[in-house]
Amino acid sequence: MLTAILAITIMALIFGLLLGYASIRFKVEGDPIADQIDKLLPQTQCGQCSFPGCRPYSEAIANGEADINRCPPGGESTIQALADLLEVEAKPLDDECGVEKPKTLAVIVEDRCIGCTLCIQACPVDAILGAAKQMHTVIADECTGCELCVPPCPVDCIDMVETKLNPNTWRWPDPAHVNLTLEDQS
Amino acid sequence: MTKPLGSFPGGLVLDGQKKRSTHVSIRKTPLSKTLILPLQQHIGEASTPIVKVGDTVLKGQKIARAEGHVSVYLHAPSSGVITAIDDQAIPHPSGLSALCITIKTDSEDRWIDLQETPDFTRLSEHDIRHKIREAGIVGLGGAGFPSFIKLNPGVHHHVETLIINGVECEPYITCDDMIMRERADGILDGIEIMRYALRVQNCVIVIEDNKPEAISAMELALKRRQSQFQNTSIVIIPTRYPTGSEKQLIQVVTGKQVPSHGLPIDIGIVCHNVGTSYAIGRAIIHGEPLISRIVTVTGTDVKHAGNFETLLGTPMHELLSFCETQRETDEPFILGGPMMGYNLSGDHLPITKTANCILVGVDNAAPKREPLPCIRCGDCATACPVSLLPQQLYWYSRSKDLEKTREYNLFDCIECGCCSYVCPSEIPLVHYFRFAKTETMTQELETEKADTARLRHENRLERHEAEKKEKEERQRQRKLALAATKAAKEKAEAEKANASESSTDNQET
Repeated sequence: MLTAILAITIMALIFGLLLGYASIRFKVEGDPIADQIDKLLPQTQCGQCSFPGCRPYSEAIANGEADINRCPPGGESTIQALADLLEVEAKPLDDECGVEKPKTLAVIVEDRCIGCTLCIQACPVDAILGAAKQMHTVIADECTGCELCVPPCPVDCIDMVETKLNPNTWRWPDPAHVNLTLEDQS
Repeated sequence: MTKPLGSFPGGLVLDGQKKRSTHVSIRKTPLSKTLILPLQQHIGEASTPIVKVGDTVLKGQKIARAEGHVSVYLHAPSSGVITAIDDQAIPHPSGLSALCITIKTDSEDRWIDLQETPDFTRLSEHDIRHKIREAGIVGLGGAGFPSFIKLNPGVHHHVETLIINGVECEPYITCDDMIMRERADGILDGIEIMRYALRVQNCVIVIEDNKPEAISAMELALKRRQSQFQNTSIVIIPTRYPTGSEKQLIQVVTGKQVPSHGLPIDIGIVCHNVGTSYAIGRAIIHGEPLISRIVTVTGTDVKHAGNFETLLGTPMHELLSFCETQRETDEPFILGGPMMGYNLSGDHLPITKTANCILVGVDNAAPKREPLPCIRCGDCATACPVSLLPQQLYWYSRSKDLEKTREYNLFDCIECGCCSYVCPSEIPLVHYFRFAKTETMTQELETEKADTARLRHENRLERHEAEKKEKEERQRQRKLALAATKAAKEKAEAEKANASESSTDNQET
């Protein structure tokens, strides 16, 4: 009886030490789950999820403080990817945050720009170029289409333009889907 | 003549249907009133226009320059006036538009001064590549890869063999066949230049055994110039689809396999099409840039099928009406062959550098039916020339499991269409693979873009943090300085007070 208690106590001690050592030795920096979630988010940094950027939102999801259906730019595919990662049920996009829209790009109407720099301050990815009292312009390649520059503009000179498909970025349609539409027509 | 050394798995023996367009010699398409020239007719970056609307141009004049490395120049195919530089519909499976230069021809067809170089050995290899790039030459077999790049093996590679591809394995297409029959000497000119630029002795011209006229024409030309072409031979290979595909051809001719994700140059081989070879000869020796190509117009609905030397930019309807097709307006036709080509709906589209065949009406075309379920018969895997597993790829493409398609080497698929052809359930397998490929590429692009956005956002946050700290630091410094001056002032005042006190003391004493 005594030996058994003794043996179990010693074993518990050894394993405890081992686990303690492992947790220090193999400590993972940062939050791997939040990182993985962040990788799936579209990085528009638009704040439509009510968090100030994609990183804070991913941390909130990791901590169970936010739902996975709050990202309109990512839309259905992002929700599906998050659901797969976190092994939860996918759900429709929260209308509170907005609706899934086609990809857009900010374009400054340069005739109307007064050079107030307000949009430059609002842009989360530094995609607007310009200086005080100088005309501003959007670096099209860097723009994420977050629309954050639109409300601050005092002269309303920023338009959100739908990105045009070109032959190089065009995708072959899903054949399964094409077949379905054929059936519909018949 | 030497014997082929190897073979590749799968493939199909197809009914060639080539006789229809080979009984008449190559004819010239009449000059069109308008020529529409897309700025991207090659793989790589689109060219940049160097002319303005309203400019007068001469035949062969440069109208767009190469942008970046993988790009070539573009020339005016005839003399005339530039009437527009804008987005126009281009021949592409998407049916989308792209930037094009439109020329209104003046029917004079006036050439620009051409710089002839009959003795090309005066030029260095570098000069030759440069001239080929300036002449706008791209692979005319169908892919449209800039030819000058393939003529630059670099310092790390040694080229052992130059393979000239005259296989043309796809049914109906005969433009390479006809160019070999009628312009064998011009092809040999190009081969000589390429051998010089690549510093390679061995050269094989590969032709399928269903083109006896082309074989004898090439043999004759070779015999006539035997002294120059000692290490050049013609290899006749059995007709099998898709032997014309670069990697399969190399496997048949040399028995060697080009590694996955590799290039022929990795195993010491460079491969060029006969049409490209002819164009290179014209460009270097006669100074003529690439402004026309030979297009096969054939099919059951074409009255006068044949091969036509057509200026680039000629609208397809002019070529079609010249051959008198029985095509109804809006009836789709195929650009390319029946296996790898794609349907075009509009005939206002221009002929480009890669347009090798226009096919209107296919013999015994089966009515299009809804695909039946896959029965896992495995015929597709037997037919696949690159030893892939099309049915596995089909399942994964269908369920959009892109990671898995990649594991099953989707990107090694050459989209030859053998699997779709043999499928008893008529599943459009290649369509699924193209879909999965473009889907994967888009996803990669989006991830890349998201990564940059994340980085830029993080950098911005960091910068703001740093600015905030700097501001605080400045404020602290200012506060300190203020406190210091205040203290100094107080001290001075106190000292003053002390001094006056002591002076009064002195006075008192």
